[in-house]
Parts: sequence; C-alpha cells; structure tokens
Amino acid sequence: MKGATILQKFLQKILRFSSHPLIPSPEHKILAQSYSFSPELQHHLSGRALLAEEISFPADLLDEHFQCGYIGRILGVSLEDSKFQCNRCGNQNQNQFFTFPCSRCKKDCTYCRNCIMMGRVSSCSYLHVWTGPDVIFESGPNPLAWTGSLSEGQSHASDRVVDAVTNKEQLLVWAVCGAGKTEVLFKGIEAGLQSSQRICIATPRNDVVLELVPRLKKAFPDIAVASLYGGTVDRHLLAPLTVSTTHQLFRFYKAFDTVIIDEVDAFPYSADKSLQFAVDKARKSDSSLIYLTATPSAKMQFSFTKGSLKGVTIPARFHRKPIPVPIMKWCGNWNKSISQNKTIPPAISAWVKKRLENNTPILLFFPSIKIMENSLPIYQKLNPDLEAVHSEDPERKTKVSLLREKRIPGLLTTTILERGVTIPNLEVAVIGADHDVFSESALVQIAGRVGRSIEKPDGNVTFFHYGKSNGMVRAVRHIERMNAEAEKRGMLDV
Amino acid sequence: MFNIASGQICVLCDTPIQNDITWKALLKKEGASLCRDCEGKLEKIEGDTCKGCSRPFDGLSLEFRFGDLCFDCVRWDDNPDWKGYLTKNISLYLYNDFLKETIAKFKYRGDYAISQAFSQQIKQRLNKLEFDLVVPIPLSVDRLQERGFNQSEALIRSAGLLPVNILSRLHTEKQSKKSRHERISLHQVFQVEKPESVQDKIILIIDDIYTTGSTIRHTAKGLIQSGARQVMSFTVAR
Repeated sequence: MKGATILQKFLQKILRFSSHPLIPSPEHKILAQSYSFSPELQHHLSGRALLAEEISFPADLLDEHFQCGYIGRILGVSLEDSKFQCNRCGNQNQNQFFTFPCSRCKKDCTYCRNCIMMGRVSSCSYLHVWTGPDVIFESGPNPLAWTGSLSEGQSHASDRVVDAVTNKEQLLVWAVCGAGKTEVLFKGIEAGLQSSQRICIATPRNDVVLELVPRLKKAFPDIAVASLYGGTVDRHLLAPLTVSTTHQLFRFYKAFDTVIIDEVDAFPYSADKSLQFAVDKARKSDSSLIYLTATPSAKMQFSFTKGSLKGVTIPARFHRKPIPVPIMKWCGNWNKSISQNKTIPPAISAWVKKRLENNTPILLFFPSIKIMENSLPIYQKLNPDLEAVHSEDPERKTKVSLLREKRIPGLLTTTILERGVTIPNLEVAVIGADHDVFSESALVQIAGRVGRSIEKPDGNVTFFHYGKSNGMVRAVRHIERMNAEAEKRGMLDV
Repeated sequence: MFNIASGQICVLCDTPIQNDITWKALLKKEGASLCRDCEGKLEKIEGDTCKGCSRPFDGLSLEFRFGDLCFDCVRWDDNPDWKGYLTKNISLYLYNDFLKETIAKFKYRGDYAISQAFSQQIKQRLNKLEFDLVVPIPLSVDRLQERGFNQSEALIRSAGLLPVNILSRLHTEKQSKKSRHERISLHQVFQVEKPESVQDKIILIIDDIYTTGSTIRHTAKGLIQSGARQVMSFTVAR
C-alpha cells in the first residue's frame, strides 16, 4: 500500500515534469442570485483574467462582486511541489521567477519575469475572472456579406471548418501558401456567430491582425470586430469576433467557443508551451480549435497522418497552377567567401545578375543579420540600389513597398520576410540554405513567396548551399508532395 | 533571494553568459549578471567629466563648460539657496536608448531583478568612496503601493548594502511632469525623520537616474540642514 503511494507520487512527478502547466481554476464564493451585479463590470471582465490594476472599477465594487460570487480569483503566481508557476502565462521555468521584498504584501514575494511586460504578476497578486452570468451575443440570421466564390479545395476545407465549429472539434487546415486561407474561414465564422458563439482568430504577428481585421469587417459588416495587439485601443471591447496576437491571449480566460490559430508554426520552439497554455486558458472547456497553416510542425504532421488530429488539406493555389519547386544548387563555402574573401560565390552572383538584367524583383534570404550586413556592400557592387531588411529595421515596411513598386531591384533579408510578403513576378534565392535557421517550414514559406499571381504563376526559387541539409530535402519533398496531391485531386490546370 | 547571476543567465536578455575563467571568478564564485552584448550596449561614463555631476564634457559645447564644472552645476552653485549641499554626484552610464528602456522596465514594469544588472559596477565604484550611511530617495506612499518597491532601495540592496530609510516625502506630484524651474523652486520635498541619526555623518544617496539633479539636491539640502557633515550621490544613469 505504502509502496503504491510512493510509486504514484513518483509517476505524478514524472508526468508533471513532462506535462504542460495546468489551467488554474478560480476560488469563488457561492453565487448570490439576489445581488444586482454591475453590467459594466460584467462586460469588462467577461472572459478575461485581469490584475486589479487592469480593471478600471473601484476596489470595493470588485470586492462586493467577489463576496457575492460574481468574481473569482486566481493566484498570480502559485507554488506547487516547491515549483513556481505563473498563472497568466504558464511559465514554469524557475529561472524566470524572481523573489523580492514587496512593499504591497510586506513579505518576500515572487513574480514572473516571462510576462513582465504586461505588468507584474506575483505571489501576492490575483487574476480576476467573471463567474457571474455570461454575456449573450446576438447576431442577425445572415451575418456574412461576402459573396465571392471558393475554389474546389477551399470549398471542401470550408465545409470541414463549418463542421468543426458546429461540433466543437479540433481541425488542422493545411493549406499551401497562396491557397486563400482567410476565405476558407468565412462560412465557419458565420456558423459560429449564428449559434451565438464568441470567436477568436489568433496570430503571432501584429501585421496579420492589421491585415485581417478590415477583411473581416467587410465580410461581416454588422458584427463588432475587436482587434488586439500591442498598444491597441480595443483592449476592453467585448465583441463576438476578436482578432488578437497570441500574446494578448494571456489576458483571456474561458472566453471563446472557437479559437482559430493562424500560422501556428510561426513560433520558436520554446514559445510553444506558453502558446499552448494561452490558447487552452482562453478557450472554453467545450470549444472548437482550428489550426491554420501552410507548414505544420513535424509533430502536428505526425498526429495528422496518424489520425489523432483531424485535418483537411488544400494542396493547390487558387490559380490552379503548381507551386514552383525549389532548385538546390551547390555554391561552395558561402560563409567563408563572404566573411574572408569578400566575394559572392559565382553561382549566386550569376543568378542575381540575370534577374537584375531582366528587371525581375528578388528577395535574397540570409541566415543571420550579421552575415547579411557583411554581404550587403558586396551585393551593392552588382547594383547600388539593393537594400537590406531585418526584424529591427524601422523602415522594413517602406523597403518592401519600394520593392513592390519596382523602385528598388531587390532586398536582402533575414527570415523575417518568409511570411506575408506578396510581390508579383518575385523570384527568391536562399543564401546558405543549409544553415540551421532554414528549417523545413521556413524554406517552404520562402518558396511560397513565388508565383502567387494569376498573371505570373511560376518563377524561380533557388536554395544555394554547401551540402544539402535535411530541412532542404524535406522542404522540396513537401512541395512536390502537395503538387502531386493537387494533381491527383484534379485541382491543377496543366 | 534567488540569484540569477548564479544561473549564469543574462538578467536583461535571458541568454546564457560565457564567463571568463579567472581565479577571481572561481574563488569568489562571482559571475557576471550581464552578457557581453548587453554590457556592450551600456555606455560607461569615462574620461573628462564634470566634477560636480559626472556629466561628460565630450560632445558638450564649450560654452556650457566652466573649468571643471558644467553650466548646470555652476548655476546650482551660484544660487545661495543651493550652494554647498551636494559635494558631488557620480554616475555609471550614459542614459542612452538602451538604458532608458532598461530602467523603464525596471521601474515602471516592476522588474526588480534588473537591479542586479548594475550591482557589480556599483560595488566596484563604491569601494573607492568613504561614507557612513546609504540613503534611498523615498517614494510617496501611493507610488510605493503602485510599484511594489522603491527602485532606489532595490539598487542599494542588490549592491549588498543596507538602505537606511530616514527620509519621508512631503509632496506627491510626479517630478517628471515638471519643468526645471518648478522642480528647484519647490520649498521642501523631503523631511529627515530622525535628525539625530545623520549628525556629522557622510551620507551617500543612491538613485536610478540624475536628470536635472533637483531631486538629489533637495535631499542633500534636507540632510545637511539636519546636521549631516557631507552628502554625495551615486546614480546608474546620467
């Protein structure tokens, strides 16, 4: 008997170590039905988990609601098995906690450094959640005003999305770059709104929020759409449809009936656990979860093939032409030639020169800012108007526009432009494609920049390397497989 | 208290620190709390500086320099209300964009751990100074409640010193919202609670930043008027 409990404890420990952080449940009193609660507070707090300082209502009003069971509290940082856990961001990395003499609780207090930029969560602070009656959203019978048409692949996926939303299921939508992912969601969102669901589209990037919101507002003209990203004004808008950066999801708690995660793979591996926690915390226990991506992680691809994750593929672009398959080209020691010899490997310079002569806009992807900056002056000898961009470049957007308007011939870039850039006629080269940063998904995304317009559905993608990497080989195979599937399903015009 | 330095992770950017293997590092087990990259982004105040306030003369127009002193210090010293209270101010780093961001995260986001980023340098520089008491600049009760800690006290504690709280604040308005004139013309901002404890003492004030110097000079004035022998100040940024 005693042995069994020890074993049990031991197993629990192992499981705890390998498992994701648990979603906390709030402590709350029994609901006093007779209490006339504040509807403003209800709107402010529904589906959120906020620190007292994030709630712009008087402290005694909060306390009154707590006493009457309309507000529940979750400890900001809890201690379990002598390990700290942040209940806002799910952080369990003990290096990311710090203990200090706190003037609020007059004790040594531990706070989470992982989400400090959202304000300090510590062992003496509470996250407040609404435990009173839900806010009911009413939408008209036909909220969708969009009248465009879907391709065969889109239409099939769209039906699956509707099913998943209606039946509160999980679904992977694996759609190639340029398939038209957003339109695939419209019918599903409509179905959700019709059944009074609260829906969230989450994406890792600010740019995507900004691009998506006007399209959704146009498609659903009578529905309030809240857009949430760093420094946004809609922070307290309670809307049936929310578009949010994944970061902002940390402030939600059991809010959504449907969560759609766009570009689920666009995270560094380390952020994965944190994101999983944010999504699990933000959605209701009975809710649907839709992953939307062109490049699912190996783990997700495995679950999909095995059948444990339901999914649907859109293997062809809306223009019914195959995706350009990257060419792998050996170019010698690209790093040495730039850093020591200050020259461009001949294979690469020939590729670049040809495009400069033909006025074909180009993106040249580099493995790091440093390598790129060392290369820029050498490439500018080919054409002085070539520019470079990276994540911290404040003129990133301007430079991309300049390329689109053909006012500069090309851009050197880090992986920052692997997603979201659509420029007609574009061709791309990856310099040092065998470098670790160019994973399968990064390379598939990069190749996905080419041939997106109906006018020019093809184009050249070249991976310059000094020995093929697994990522390169898998990326090429990935694209070939998608093209083959598209052809088999009759989605290509040849 | 959990020490990030012992985990060998940079307290500002979370990347692992590559420590030089030296006898000092091995024997004292004293690792750096900053990585080389972050350390490089901090600009040390060195070379020719104002004897009064540590302002670098490098890049300062000549018309603002008066021998060893800068124009601001001359103005303070010309004013009989302020002359002779603050012996000198020493500052560690230039208040560049990186330090601005770092101090904002420390003070306004409330990331207490950042105080460790400066502790080694503070210790080193204070070694050469003689003083009896280290005094933090107090926050108003409201602000202390809001922030959860006093940044000045955090810097002192992280440097392994004991802050002596003998001051209280009489005004509560935010300094940063006022002009220089408004700041210096305030009558009395701080009150010394136990004047007997400062009698004949050399006092060191530690704070995060020296901007116009008015906060520190107000404090110094209060301390000298209560009987302190000498007041110096030390700030991370200038």
